[in-house]
Amino acid sequence: MTHAVEMHDIVVRFPGVLANDHVNFTLQKGEIHALLGENGAGKSTLMNVLAGLYKQTGGILRVHGKPVSFNSPKDAIAAGIGMVHQHFMLVPTQTVTENILLGLDDPKFFLNLSKYDQKILELQEQFGLRVPPTAKIWQLSVGEQQRVEILKTLYRGANILIMDEPTAVLAPQEIDDLMNTLRAMTEQGKSVIFISHKLHEVTQIADRVTVLRKGKVTAEGIDAAGLTPAKLAQLMVGREVVFSVKKSRREPGDVVLKVENVSAHNKKGVPALRGISLSVRSGEILGIAGVAGNGQSELAEVITGLRPCTGKITVNGVDIANRPPIIAINNGVAHIPEDRGKVGSAPNMSITENTIMKNYRHAPVGNGWSIDFLKARNFARKLKKKYDILAPNVRVPARKLSGGNLQKVILAREISAEPKMMVAVQPTRGLDVGAIESIQTLLLEQREAGAAILLISEELEELFTLSDRIAVIYEGEIMGVVSTEETDIQEIGLMMTGSRREPQPSANAQ
Amino acid sequence: MNLVTILHAGMATGTVLLFATIGEILTERSGILNLGVEGMMLLGAMAGFSASLATGNVWLGVLAAVLAGGALSLAHGLVTIHFQADQVVSGLALTFLGTGLALVFGEGLTGQNPPLLPDLTIPLLGQIPFIGPSFFADFNVLVYVGYLLIPATWYYIYKTRPGMHLRAIGEKPEAADTVGVNVYRLRYLYVFAGGCLAGLAGATITLGVSPGWYSAQTTSGQGWIAIGLVIFAQWDPVRAAVGSYLFGALRRGILDLQGPATLLGFVNPLYINSNWGFFLKMTPYLLTIIALILGARAAKKKRLGAPAALGVPYIRGERGL
Repeated sequence: MTHAVEMHDIVVRFPGVLANDHVNFTLQKGEIHALLGENGAGKSTLMNVLAGLYKQTGGILRVHGKPVSFNSPKDAIAAGIGMVHQHFMLVPTQTVTENILLGLDDPKFFLNLSKYDQKILELQEQFGLRVPPTAKIWQLSVGEQQRVEILKTLYRGANILIMDEPTAVLAPQEIDDLMNTLRAMTEQGKSVIFISHKLHEVTQIADRVTVLRKGKVTAEGIDAAGLTPAKLAQLMVGREVVFSVKKSRREPGDVVLKVENVSAHNKKGVPALRGISLSVRSGEILGIAGVAGNGQSELAEVITGLRPCTGKITVNGVDIANRPPIIAINNGVAHIPEDRGKVGSAPNMSITENTIMKNYRHAPVGNGWSIDFLKARNFARKLKKKYDILAPNVRVPARKLSGGNLQKVILAREISAEPKMMVAVQPTRGLDVGAIESIQTLLLEQREAGAAILLISEELEELFTLSDRIAVIYEGEIMGVVSTEETDIQEIGLMMTGSRREPQPSANAQ
Repeated sequence: MNLVTILHAGMATGTVLLFATIGEILTERSGILNLGVEGMMLLGAMAGFSASLATGNVWLGVLAAVLAGGALSLAHGLVTIHFQADQVVSGLALTFLGTGLALVFGEGLTGQNPPLLPDLTIPLLGQIPFIGPSFFADFNVLVYVGYLLIPATWYYIYKTRPGMHLRAIGEKPEAADTVGVNVYRLRYLYVFAGGCLAGLAGATITLGVSPGWYSAQTTSGQGWIAIGLVIFAQWDPVRAAVGSYLFGALRRGILDLQGPATLLGFVNPLYINSNWGFFLKMTPYLLTIIALILGARAAKKKRLGAPAALGVPYIRGERGL
């Protein structure tokens, strides 16, 4: 068996961090090899070494049996290695063809794009990756952009393809397309490394699996057949993981949030919400499913008073649309923003300051013009204990916390205000399995306590675990609202691509 | 006042702005904001004038100006690309550094008479009535160089491989880096190119358009207008040309307005009290402000406007961790 890639004893050290600790990894020709691990386990680092972006501190790298040393991505490309990054490396203002030609020596000086458009169309035919060559990147969907990334590597003659979390941004149907493309590629003799932390995908598509934990290999190239998600999770986390938090049965109460015919523009001034109507009842979680960028962020922003809109938004009968965020806060709206590092918290301020951001105006923490920091610190300490926030003390700046602990700080602040309505956007994104568990439990506790929760997530599993009902948003419109018990991933997936509109069940019409 | 005179003078004055603006466009397209244009221009103006005087060869003067502007810009490159310091602060410092150097080394240059750029009339084109005397006759050669620079830069940016790389490193440097484009080296190159063109703009003043060395008054803020024009032009060389010549004509027209006693049959207030002229001198700066406001609005529209990575240092190691 020829090894396409052999990595022996790879060590990568960053200031203060040992990102890869003597890692071994082998890729066979024609296989799909999954590289699994939590955030920060060192997957991307290892692959960036293979792609020539980082230089290893120690260890040997062999490609097709030959020892190699990459000084730049160009060397790796020359060795037939192509990487599709998680955050696409595409220039939005340039065309598909321009992006594919970027960095190549041909054309030499004059571009003559139409000639290359033709070449790229031929390449597209070969692998069934269709995307108009003259389109600008910003005009393309995420799935299409990913195709451009794959074409980029194929055009450079790559026979080893590294896909860094390729499914994170795709709708279920697009994932199926991608899987088919990857299989077609391995059939043509190419090898694929598939980085992921979605366990079921790994068991579905990979031939073999390598698992990393905290920079070390915990399973090297084991056969994917017969592996269970539970076994993989244990290898990733180092302990057994409770998979799904349990949701109790609960009859929802009165309508808390009512969104009626709301439209809004996004940052670029393009319509992002087109006549949205929703309602969430007390003790109910309404999940919003959709591919990223279909209006989810804008929906959260109009409800929390951060974005102007047309239409009516009421919380317990009070209209809060187009009014300052303080009106929403005073009416019991809590917000778990998508960007926890910049919107959800002030990174350079302490845990204390971050926890009192909502209640500093009134007693006991404040009196309107000054803050009693003794009381504030006690308040923060209480929350730190109650929510099990791991930090040496409450003076630590928020930016020093891990994602999971920072999210707990935000949730602690929001929950301590006893919200009637919670808007949670991607609350568990990028967190490890353990933190996901505790954040999800906290949300369910709020549901028990009678809060109405609007949960916006791109993780379908999370939506199915937590939600009572799921609404699917596509290009700023609600494709349909379905009860979680009466639907499945296929149906939601179809609606996410806008291909089907479910009539609103009468039970949900308020 | 005669329209041909204003147009003629406008094209000449506009050439100064054109070089500086196109230079800054190249720099900013690569993702580096260089606010030191005024300093580089003044240093170029001094170096060109002084070298032409010393060597007796105006072309050596032009070369000295280009290299002086370019050399000064590399200081900005070092600070912002290598050390990743704040580009605004560094650019402002560069203005002071360039101005200071120019004034120190320019001492005693006032009143000197070095060889100047030769004037040239284009055969045939120069003979066309109105068009000829306005655009193609009796200009110093650099004006015609400017004419050629506009389409050349446009073609370079949009239709060539290095131009494509230039656009990429200013929009998304990490995308260029991952396919082996050397972001740091190219940014240095375009910072240098911008400096060279700012220096050339300076030489255009002292050796062509308004010969002589008048210390800091030589450039009198034209470098700042060039920075405003970049935004006005939305980083496009053809729009930059329109803006440069328009502003050039305007500067010249304002001077002329202070001349005649009557204007279109009315008493010219500017003639009665020359202090009124100060308000008119404000016009280019007011227009720059308006251009900046309009530019900001245009930039909000989709995908037109500033390179996305403008002003953001590129650090490879910080990605993907």
